[in-house]
Amino acid sequence: MDEVMIAALLVATLRAAAPLVLAGLGELVCERAGVLNLGVEGMMLVGAVVGFAATITTGSVWLGLVAAMLAGAAMAGVFAVLTLGLAANQVASGLALTIFGVGFSALFGAPYQGHPIPGLASVVFPDLSRAAPLVQQVLLIDPLVWLALAAPFVVARFLDRSRPGLILRAVGESHEVAHALGYKVLRIRTLATLFGGAMAGLGGAYLSLAYTPMWTENMVSGRGWIALALVVFSTWKPVMLALGAFLFGFVTIAGFQAEAWGIPLAPNLLATLPYLATILVLVLISRDTLRLKLNAPAALGKPFHPAG
Amino acid sequence: MAVLAPVLAPVLAPVLAVVLAALGAALLFAALGRDPLACLHTLFIAPLADRNGWSELALKATPLLLCAIGIAVGVRANVWNIGAEGQFTMGAIAGGATALVLGPAGGWYVLPLVLLAGIAGGAAWGGVAALLRTRFNAHEILVTLMLSYVAIQVLGWLVRGPMQDPEGFNFPQSRLFDPSALLPALFEGGRVTVAAVFAVLTVPLGALLLGRTVMGYRLRVVGLAPGAARYAGFSERGAVWFCLLLSGGLAGLAGICEVAGPIGQLMPSISPGYGFAGIIVAFLGRLQPVGIVFASLLMALLYLGGESLQITQQLPLAATGVIQGMLLLFLLAADVLTLYRPRWVRRRAHG
Amino acid sequence: MLSRRSLLLVPAAATLAAGPAYAATAPLKIAFVYVSPIGDAGWTFQHELGRRALDAAMGAAVKTSFVENVEEGADAERVIRKLAADGNDLIFTTSFGYMNPTLKVAGSFPSKKFEHATGYKRAVNLATYSARFYEGRYAAGVLAARMSKTGVFGYVAAFPIPEVLQGINAFTLGARSVNPKAATKVVWTSSWFDPGKERAAADTLIAGGADVITHHTDSTSVAQAAEEKGVFSIAYNSDQSKYGPKTCLTAVTHNWNDYYIARVKAALGGTWKSIDTWGGVKEGMTRLAPYNAAVPDAVRKEVDGVMAAIGAGTRKPFAGPIADQDGKAKVAAGQAMADKDIAEMKWFVAGVQGKI
Repeated sequence: MDEVMIAALLVATLRAAAPLVLAGLGELVCERAGVLNLGVEGMMLVGAVVGFAATITTGSVWLGLVAAMLAGAAMAGVFAVLTLGLAANQVASGLALTIFGVGFSALFGAPYQGHPIPGLASVVFPDLSRAAPLVQQVLLIDPLVWLALAAPFVVARFLDRSRPGLILRAVGESHEVAHALGYKVLRIRTLATLFGGAMAGLGGAYLSLAYTPMWTENMVSGRGWIALALVVFSTWKPVMLALGAFLFGFVTIAGFQAEAWGIPLAPNLLATLPYLATILVLVLISRDTLRLKLNAPAALGKPFHPAG
Repeated sequence: MAVLAPVLAPVLAPVLAVVLAALGAALLFAALGRDPLACLHTLFIAPLADRNGWSELALKATPLLLCAIGIAVGVRANVWNIGAEGQFTMGAIAGGATALVLGPAGGWYVLPLVLLAGIAGGAAWGGVAALLRTRFNAHEILVTLMLSYVAIQVLGWLVRGPMQDPEGFNFPQSRLFDPSALLPALFEGGRVTVAAVFAVLTVPLGALLLGRTVMGYRLRVVGLAPGAARYAGFSERGAVWFCLLLSGGLAGLAGICEVAGPIGQLMPSISPGYGFAGIIVAFLGRLQPVGIVFASLLMALLYLGGESLQITQQLPLAATGVIQGMLLLFLLAADVLTLYRPRWVRRRAHG
Repeated sequence: MLSRRSLLLVPAAATLAAGPAYAATAPLKIAFVYVSPIGDAGWTFQHELGRRALDAAMGAAVKTSFVENVEEGADAERVIRKLAADGNDLIFTTSFGYMNPTLKVAGSFPSKKFEHATGYKRAVNLATYSARFYEGRYAAGVLAARMSKTGVFGYVAAFPIPEVLQGINAFTLGARSVNPKAATKVVWTSSWFDPGKERAAADTLIAGGADVITHHTDSTSVAQAAEEKGVFSIAYNSDQSKYGPKTCLTAVTHNWNDYYIARVKAALGGTWKSIDTWGGVKEGMTRLAPYNAAVPDAVRKEVDGVMAAIGAGTRKPFAGPIADQDGKAKVAAGQAMADKDIAEMKWFVAGVQGKI
């Protein structure tokens, strides 16, 4: 392996992981506020299709990204009205949101199929394919990948060091206590949910605007569920989440590389690894109840009815 | 009216939601250039025009009902099994393996053993989550979800490896099950099997566990106040095991009834998401057995109607997906609006 | 969806006026069952092109419809049964997993005709059809070897079923016919459709030195990955030149148009029989999409020549001597592999790097 190959594999790993980091971070913040939104897959799809449509219509990929975030947040808004406004069950509402998102994105996106666009990396650096191999690899780290690299630290700092972050975590730990302290539980949870939606929309748009720059039905292909798994895997810590996503990307790429070298693997069994790893991590963190309490939001998924 | 409201609310809420969703669907149909009334007829009424339509409805509702009853029992005790899809798959694998091994021998005992193996497979997969919860405190909501994906991949591996049909030109599928391992049809000409009877039989079981009975009360206390339950001598551990084994077993039964019923062999795709849809059905049915029966029938009707819309109106499948999603979201909203109306008013006043 | 659907109707309406000879009686109702959404490229899309061609060619003599995204489990039988009960006279089921459901429904509707793609079970009223995609793959291998500098090719594949293995082997044999040192690296995605995963697989293969990549999956992201990295690609299923305007050399495409038209004419004329069709280059069922401007004339001529020889039957992709990965002789010199052995293929030829 020469340095170009190593760089190429690393960049491929980063890009495979970026949508998972972005969507996962959103869900992490949402869960830290005590809201479990299983609609990530649906929100990513809607973000992917709206971002793509906006890019085609306006000609600007940047407006496309903004539109994707707004679309994801709008989906999350529906979820917030149901689960926070009306105290509907979060698990059922999240699943219904995904069903809606899969259908809506397919219907809305039908006219946009078959219009490939230049990817984000080549929008930023139009002469990408003519650059020297090593330079090309560096340029392929597009702005959203840089965001996926930086955002975990920003979110971690927000949650651990800032006052709003502290309040958000307090709401996720115990809404009764937070309510008693005078924090507006529902407002904070709504904001966290909207942030989660916007990030899921951005993660989806990474697929349709940067990674595989096109729209095609169901193109998220289960990444929303993997993002959900990563949140648990990370024990609700942003930097761990990013590491988990990169590890996941690395295992995928390394698996392909091993196959290309002729090392026999059972692809189906290889595909179970991320899920088994998540369960293992969950078992390891949960058996130590103290560490679990430090990390897992205690009020996750529980509806809040302010007593009158 | 004010006196009647609490009585009527549980009936009115779903009706209201269906009406709203139908309005939304009609708008969508009109926007797509179709006759809204004809489309609504195709979606909700045409699938039930003949006996075969009802047979297909029962066939489609059966796995939903089996999964949803188990999930609802769990939710009552605050045990969240959202991995019925995985238990469904494991039931199909365990039962299917039994059918492949014992089927060629024939005999009356094959089918009961196949069904028992299916139940055991699903229960075992639920049991893994119970073990991890009771022994290591790992939350079942996440473990069951992860185990679903593992089960689906294991099935994919088995039908391309150890369980592949040696005569099948290397395609991913098992041998067809022998007739002795297949569920008999309920009536000549229809596809619905005796599995529908099993599903109906779970309704009284659900009533026992979800209703105002001693068992139902125990589960609810464990769910609401584990501490108090412990004082009263009900164990939370016991409830976790009970719920996950029960709901896993029921999902496993649903799985084996699919592969030993209409499918007749193991293949990579055996479920269009029955386990996940079962969660929605459980909540649409308000965690009550009779409600769940209606919810599973409605959900099944949506699938059938969606196919009819494609076939007769040439509407894209995506349109059905949007209507399904819309109806589910409306139902969840309307449900809560009626149930919690007093609270809703108070909260707004409270800010 | 609206605009696209109404566009589809135009050719049908146009031929309506022309009024083919069959139009006197009630139209023959024909239905198609698709395993995935139609999209704009891929396996299902090619069948949909066939359905549209049918509409255009037959006009008022036929009335076609389709159902997309039908699960291969218990739902398939209901859909096929409903299509038969609704009065469709000829039903095409276009995925392998529909085999047993189609067989069951064909048994209950002896007066209806059924055709199942890629399966191996037939009945009096159930025909089967498939194409020798591997013939196009062989020619694509020749093209790849001529365009490659490294002699290393990447192959993104979904599942190791015979149809996929035939393609990988034929591609490698074609490449080795002009460059005996050529090697094909194979990776498995375990999914027919996952654009992101196919992209990651393509990225990995390109990083490993492959300078022509191809795929046996359903999305267009392999061609996109190649375009971005500036290496060549050879697409599959559909022409994907717009996803790789500079680098997509050609595509090995499926073409069901003529087959569907011929079978429908047979049904209308009363000559329809349950047969097994395994057509290839000769029948036009497997073709190469127009070449990219990057392909020099000499290479075009050579590859066209290979296609013509395959079509004429003078060149057989699986003609000996062929050795497997371990060097064991599988086909002796001067012999060609029997169709049955091709259909059941479960091994890799020498030159393929990767395991089943």
